[in-house]
Amino acid sequence: MNSFSFLHVEYLLQAAVWTVVLSLVAFVFGGVAGFVIALWRVSPNRLLRNIASGYIQVVQGIPLLVILFVSYFGLAIAGFKLTPLVAAGISFAIYCAAFLGEIWRGCIQAVPRTQWEASECLGFNRFEQLTKVILPQAIKIATPPTVGFMVQIVKNTSLASVIGFVDLSRAGQIINNSTFQPFTVFGCVALIYFCLCFPLSALSKHFERKLNVSHR
Amino acid sequence: MNYTFDFMSVFANWDRLLMGAWLTIQLSALSIVLGFVLGTLCAIAYKSRHWLVHGLVKAYVEIIRNTPLLVQVFLVFFGLASIGWKLTAETAAVIALTVNVGAYTTEIMRAGINSIHPGQIEAAECLGMSRFHVYWHVVLLPAVERVYPSLTSQFILLMLASSITSQISAEELTATANLVQSETFRSFEVYAVIAVAYLALSFLFRGAFWLVSQIAFVRKRKLGTNL
Repeated sequence: MNSFSFLHVEYLLQAAVWTVVLSLVAFVFGGVAGFVIALWRVSPNRLLRNIASGYIQVVQGIPLLVILFVSYFGLAIAGFKLTPLVAAGISFAIYCAAFLGEIWRGCIQAVPRTQWEASECLGFNRFEQLTKVILPQAIKIATPPTVGFMVQIVKNTSLASVIGFVDLSRAGQIINNSTFQPFTVFGCVALIYFCLCFPLSALSKHFERKLNVSHR
Repeated sequence: MNYTFDFMSVFANWDRLLMGAWLTIQLSALSIVLGFVLGTLCAIAYKSRHWLVHGLVKAYVEIIRNTPLLVQVFLVFFGLASIGWKLTAETAAVIALTVNVGAYTTEIMRAGINSIHPGQIEAAECLGMSRFHVYWHVVLLPAVERVYPSLTSQFILLMLASSITSQISAEELTATANLVQSETFRSFEVYAVIAVAYLALSFLFRGAFWLVSQIAFVRKRKLGTNL
């Protein structure tokens, strides 16, 4: 039985890199899809609105763990041999799209109605209204909750360990299996997660104060 | 794609899956109640003028909110066992979930308590209400009513997150699905079925929370207006 040493910490840090990679993949792909969902959610077309809200209802009503399992095994059935990174990336993108879509919908709707009306009076079409008037204001409102949600993403990547993705949590389990020092190992894992997440939380709070959105 | 779906072998195990779902409900309900009490107490303690109490609550909230539930579950289950405090998987699950949701509830309840106008408290004091009565009737109950939507969505997220406790072999819905999967090798079918089951559970919880709000918030039920 070997005990917890500096080598293990190095291994954990290497695994933490994969946690960060997966978080970024999830955020980028989930963000793109989430943006589409948010636009659909405020679309004048009722069909698009219903599709988007149905998607959000379903994904938010299923645990991420189950989404991971379903997409991992489901894609395998469909004949795609996927590496755990790709399978996890797809699941997280599905998951993030639903949450970011709903967050951003709220931000778009938080822009006063009169802004839509005023830009309509200026003869803007819907695309111009969105890109020139609404979105620049919505982005300001959206920044704090989006950064806040990034914390959720980083934390939730710990679940990717169940489909064999060696991220920080999985590395912790592997080390724990050989050293039997759960407090030290998982304490260390928790600490690394904390170091990843806390700056993001603080940043989110900072933006919230700086953009002073809540008091407008 | 030449794969024939076989849901029958999954439905053959419906009784076990139902037991799993029941345990999910029990775990979540217990953690929600305990976590709500813990979170409310912490939210009150957060307002404390004593720096140690304030600091402790703040540290608790920040630590829990910035680490994954999975790691917290492992710490409780394996960590406490390693110092000789052996817990069943279910107990460890309830402890971890309670501590987790308690931190989020603290933040939500703190926002609710902060939203109470100081004039309300002064008015209550002028009416000669005791400190406890002021806190209970004027601060806490309206605060809960105001943040109730956020609380319920947090609690539903907790119910979904309870699937994580399958990793320490608490026999709830996901863990049962894992077992059925390893016996029937119908992995996609099993997880698709429990995905639907979780969806149903989240609607069930939403309904239950609506019912609770109807019973608890008398003023709202009678007037139909928000605070």
